[in-house]
Amino acid sequence: MRVMAQMAMVMNLDKCIGCHTCSVTCKQAWTNRPGVEYVWFNNVETRPGQGYPRTYQDQREWQGGWVRTRTGRLKLRSGGRIKRMLSIFANPKLPKIQDYYEPWTYEYEHLLTAPAGEHTPVAQPTSLITGEPTKISWSANWDDSLAGGNELIASDPILARVSGQVKQEFETAFMFFLPRICEHCLNPSCAAACPSGAIYKRAEDGIVLVDQDNCRGWRMCITGCPYKKIYFNHRTGKAEKCTFCFPRVEIGMPTVCSETCVGRLRYIGLMLYDADAVGRAAAVKDETDLYEAQRSVFLDPRDPEVIRAAQAAGIPDDWIEAAQRSPVWDLIMKYEVALPLHPEYRTMPMVWYIPPLSPVVDVLRDTGHDGEDVDNLFGAIDALRIPVEYLAELFTAGDPAPVHAVLRKLAAMRSYQRRINLGETPDESIATAAGMTGPQIEDMYRLLAIAKYEDRYVIPAAHAETAAGLEELATGCSLDYEGGPGMGGPFGEASGRIAPVAVESFHVLAERQRADQHAEVTDPDAPPRRVNLLNWDGRGRPAGLFPPRQEEQPPGEQR
Amino acid sequence: MNTWDILLWVVVPYVSIAVLVLGTIYRRRYDKFGWTTRSSQLYESDILRWGSPMFHVGILLVLIGHVGGLLVPKSWTQAVGISDHAYHVVAVGMGSAAGFLLLVGMAILILRRRLVGPVFSATTRNDKAMYLILAVVILLGLWTTVRVNAVGPGYDYRETVSVWFRSLFRLDPQVELMAGVPLGLQLHIVTAFVLIAVWPFTRLIHAFSMPIGYFTRPYVVYRSRDPQPARTRTSAWGDRP
Repeated sequence: MRVMAQMAMVMNLDKCIGCHTCSVTCKQAWTNRPGVEYVWFNNVETRPGQGYPRTYQDQREWQGGWVRTRTGRLKLRSGGRIKRMLSIFANPKLPKIQDYYEPWTYEYEHLLTAPAGEHTPVAQPTSLITGEPTKISWSANWDDSLAGGNELIASDPILARVSGQVKQEFETAFMFFLPRICEHCLNPSCAAACPSGAIYKRAEDGIVLVDQDNCRGWRMCITGCPYKKIYFNHRTGKAEKCTFCFPRVEIGMPTVCSETCVGRLRYIGLMLYDADAVGRAAAVKDETDLYEAQRSVFLDPRDPEVIRAAQAAGIPDDWIEAAQRSPVWDLIMKYEVALPLHPEYRTMPMVWYIPPLSPVVDVLRDTGHDGEDVDNLFGAIDALRIPVEYLAELFTAGDPAPVHAVLRKLAAMRSYQRRINLGETPDESIATAAGMTGPQIEDMYRLLAIAKYEDRYVIPAAHAETAAGLEELATGCSLDYEGGPGMGGPFGEASGRIAPVAVESFHVLAERQRADQHAEVTDPDAPPRRVNLLNWDGRGRPAGLFPPRQEEQPPGEQR
Repeated sequence: MNTWDILLWVVVPYVSIAVLVLGTIYRRRYDKFGWTTRSSQLYESDILRWGSPMFHVGILLVLIGHVGGLLVPKSWTQAVGISDHAYHVVAVGMGSAAGFLLLVGMAILILRRRLVGPVFSATTRNDKAMYLILAVVILLGLWTTVRVNAVGPGYDYRETVSVWFRSLFRLDPQVELMAGVPLGLQLHIVTAFVLIAVWPFTRLIHAFSMPIGYFTRPYVVYRSRDPQPARTRTSAWGDRP
């Protein structure tokens, strides 16, 4: 047993409203640079739909991920080492920019310089690739919310695998959103495809990163990743990918996408796993066994033997403790409601999803039934083969049984909690029908519905002694942090060493997110402090934002 | 042996090799981030899939030919029983084939670079200068091979150029050997040394990162965060000018 720790995420799809806030904030943080205009480390795609890049899930076309050979070993679908080296001069399976979309801007200048005329001037779109005027015909979420209808949905590779009869009624059946980031796989095929060895998995937290200094731009990782979550920066000639916001995670902050998610549907936590078991689990014969195989790799952080092995492997005690409190562990292992995205790619992905019950509820509601009645829900889950088959193609390599089980649990929770909400006595039989107990359902409800910031994001900070290589922490001052931003020195504000702005923002953000009150500070005797407007939540009057009032004036004199 | 001879056959080669070595060390030390193939495949793939393998396979074959012709003394091949005529036929035959592959590949790539809009707009002045030098070197080399050896009376560079080339590395350049070399070949050699000198400062530097280690390393690379306090690490995100 070789214990390793992995930073993992679970997303609760029932809560996703498709607002793209995660995508936009991620883009602002990471890919608002030239060369990566078309890149969305986080994107939200509508299912059914083509996805981004178009039809990326069709691995017969795009050749991503691993396949099991006849001898039971794993091989990259795009070929072995020799084939890859022979095709190094031109990658035979690289998506074109049009498969993502051609990024564009608008001729804003024209709005200002156009001569006065009868018509309002318009800003023409211009391609950021050619610099020529362009016609916008595709983007990262062109088919958002089923836009484009049957014509575009017909190219959904997942839909193609769901039976023909299903397709007919599909459009009226359901729709949901699927936010995607890099999966930070336990068995990353992008890293395996990299000729330079520039893509690596961090031993401490399993985050998969591209070493920008060692990447030589061979582009094999883009083909290797079945989720197409590695992107080519066409200006620098290097591969880039989601970093799991490692500079934030290292100081205990959640990723930008999680932080800004308005539905609060993301959970971040540690998983301990047996690194020696990964290869065997990823190579099990039957694709539908991969979900269970991956679960078997995870190690129970409360098991004394695992704790001993983890300590022997150099995992700090507070990390083990964080693994014990991990919401990700609870959702995957305890409640068994989270499922991996496309386990059949055999990369052992580590961003899991709670499949949505909402399509089932929607159908019940739209047909005039009670969408919170457990018998109705269970009946609908059994009857609505379409959503279940589709979800199974996404999450369990086509096996509907685990999806059924999860949806029944979610349905049971819905009915069980309604009774409580209406002041009726909890009905234990509802829980039993889903294979759970009443208290278990309440615990799960707590985690899924009302978990606080600290419960959703259990992220142990990187250890100072191991994190010395961090860019900004390396200046040595950030952890000397005391008394608020810019107040460190003995000679008043702005004396002493400068706190790096990122670290400063992170700490203030952390403080704000964990506070139960608004930013307002009511203590009049508190020392004056600088207010970081970037982190002001717009509510209340933080001390120091305005100079202190002289004294209350009689109301009459103000008018 | 006049000043020109010294300049062309002693100074230029040594300066060029020195610039190559020091320039490569410099890039490796200070500009790892800029060290890339700068692929344009994202913009255009269909033409590249023909041109690029032709060009690269061609130039690798030509490289092997040059290593054989310049570094292996004539006496060695004779010693293992290869007649001069047989050597000549094989060398000219393979050289012409590789050169043709190279020429067609290069033509495809240069035309693509000029005619495909996004590729052209991603072409820097550095690239253009490099393409010019590279094309001149390749054309002169091919011209010499075809003109002198295949069509013309033949010229045994292994008696002169190769011996002089090896003498450079013994630090005892035999400049006198270069006196009777045909003009085309002389130009090829001088421009080749110019190419060698600019090599580390162009995208050609990617030739030095042939990923041989891929055959032996494990598929998945694990790395710990740097346990040493960072010295003057450059940003991983390329916020350089």
